[in-house]
Amino acid sequence: MLIDFFLKLKSHKLPVSIKEYLTLLEAMGKGLIGPSVDEFYYLSRIALVKDEANFDKFDRAFSEFWQGVETIPGIEAQVPLEWLLKQVELTLSEEEKKQIQALGGWDKLMETLKQRLEEQKGRHQGGSKWIGTGGTSPFGAYGYNPEGIRIGQDKGRNRSAVKVWDQREYQNLDDSVELGTRNIKVALRRLRRFARDGAPEEFDLDTTINQTARKAYLDIHMRPERHNTVKVLMLMDIGGTMDDHVKLAEELFSAAKTEFKHLEFFYFHNCLYDFVWKDNRRRHAERTRTWDLLHKYGHDYKVIFVGDATMSPYEILQPGGSIEYFNEEPGAVWVKRVAEVYSKCVWLNPEPEEIWGYRQSIQVMKELMNGRMYPTTLAGLERAMRVLSK
Amino acid sequence: MRFSGSADYVSTEDLTLAVNAAITLQRPLLVKGEPGTGKTMLAVQVAKALGVPLLEWHIKSTTKAQQGLYEYDAVSRLRDSQLGDQRVHDIHNYIVKGMLWQAFSRDEPCVLLIDEVDKADIEFPNDLLRELDRMEFYVYETRELVQAKQRPIVFITSNNEKELPDAFLRRCFFHYIRFPDKETMEKIVAVHFPKLKKALLREAMEVFFEVREVPGLKKKPSTSELLDWLKLLLAEDISPEALRSNDRKTIIPPLHGALLKNEQDVHLFERLVFMTRAKGG
Repeated sequence: MLIDFFLKLKSHKLPVSIKEYLTLLEAMGKGLIGPSVDEFYYLSRIALVKDEANFDKFDRAFSEFWQGVETIPGIEAQVPLEWLLKQVELTLSEEEKKQIQALGGWDKLMETLKQRLEEQKGRHQGGSKWIGTGGTSPFGAYGYNPEGIRIGQDKGRNRSAVKVWDQREYQNLDDSVELGTRNIKVALRRLRRFARDGAPEEFDLDTTINQTARKAYLDIHMRPERHNTVKVLMLMDIGGTMDDHVKLAEELFSAAKTEFKHLEFFYFHNCLYDFVWKDNRRRHAERTRTWDLLHKYGHDYKVIFVGDATMSPYEILQPGGSIEYFNEEPGAVWVKRVAEVYSKCVWLNPEPEEIWGYRQSIQVMKELMNGRMYPTTLAGLERAMRVLSK
Repeated sequence: MRFSGSADYVSTEDLTLAVNAAITLQRPLLVKGEPGTGKTMLAVQVAKALGVPLLEWHIKSTTKAQQGLYEYDAVSRLRDSQLGDQRVHDIHNYIVKGMLWQAFSRDEPCVLLIDEVDKADIEFPNDLLRELDRMEFYVYETRELVQAKQRPIVFITSNNEKELPDAFLRRCFFHYIRFPDKETMEKIVAVHFPKLKKALLREAMEVFFEVREVPGLKKKPSTSELLDWLKLLLAEDISPEALRSNDRKTIIPPLHGALLKNEQDVHLFERLVFMTRAKGG
């Protein structure tokens, strides 16, 4: 039975391994948990899921699996009644309690419910759902029981078994959605790589002793100091269609600033042309020629474009396409130049990846970047950083 | 041995189960969570509750896995050889035991905390695979195999700054400490400040959860910030009335510096308060 559970997790693309599955079985064998679905949920999560980003996936898989389950030896007998009891207690109103009295008291009612549960199982062989969601069972989270007593799904489920995974509390830890400054930092940190580079400055004690012992004379060794050698050039789209994404761009900016020793920042508008600028308020007064940019920053810089690449395709492909001034060479030429000079170069696009296909300019830009365009989700950033740090 | 929370530490149901799974199956437990939710405290409290010694190994960016096993002190040996010290003939005198070795050589079980494992080099967890899995390692200098007499209960905390390798994760149990809900939070506060007045606590909690909900904060205040803040409120003898207001959004709570640690956050917060105030007036 649990093999199906394991396969279910696999089919939800959870990275579970056989070793972890065996650990789970071992834990169950040692009697770590009682026959409660709640505890089984916790235990299986502890043993099988090793990243909170996957908790949501796990919750979904778990919920799906348990909805389809008919019998789990040991669990089936105890849980439903106790759970049910809580449910009914919590949601009954005064009138309903009187009704129960009329039906012959609480115990009798529970007896009836129990009976009904067994009957139902007999009748709907293989098809009826376990006590839980769905409404085909006589009682449960989303149904009505035959006496007309509602067992609610909103109220009073706070401590019940289903809630824990049906609530999907870990939804926003899923790495394909949320993106905060801290998350970006974590992703950018992948880029931060310590490398020994430059002139030897530090006395290397271990190598010195080792070499001295080997050669039988004092052989002093020096080594270069460790420092962060990653150099980053960020080019960000500003204004126009990017206004919607300003907050995200700002977060990216503040995250990036603390992560690298050599970080240069420039802005452009819509598409890269002859000029970039550092201060958006004085963009017309203080501009840097893009040629100078290419000459000044060595080709070991890694270039990150941030922009939605959403514009008229003419702005990329035609000379004079810029909406601000007459550019002699089309934007495409400039982007190509950057991509050629800097072999490590990516484009981060805050627009959702699903709609890229419908915007011609995004397609064009992606092609110019040799396909290295990534969404600004955590997963997208990870992909981008992996490309950059290769 | 079973852990069931302690007088000074509020443990949720799932956390208790995770700790007990780690104790029973003798696997390391990896704990993650927002900063300030009590990851490190967990190991301290488990050791206290079980009445076993605690060994702490704090990881820095320069820490090597080898340092947790042992270090060979070649420099003292070189010096001793020149001074003609007799100790020099026995290599064992120059092997300095690391935290893992110390934990392995104990006769009774103990709790070993490997704190902030993500701070170290990316290869660090990979270098500890066999050590944590089989609880043994080989000392090349003396050619001996060190095996754990009693497998220690290992807690590993991570702040998620680096991803840990899959091979490492597969050998651990994993628990993510969620930010506590109001109910749990009240329990936590009660544990730390048993004499706190009900009225003050209620007001303080309201303010705290409101501040947490301010949109756009870079670092939301966490449990440890709340506890610090309450300590300050008590020390300054602030009355519950000072925290109360008809419209709480129009006052800046006293001593808010304890809750917001980031200059930008403080600015943002103050700006929001002024904006609501201007609108209201």
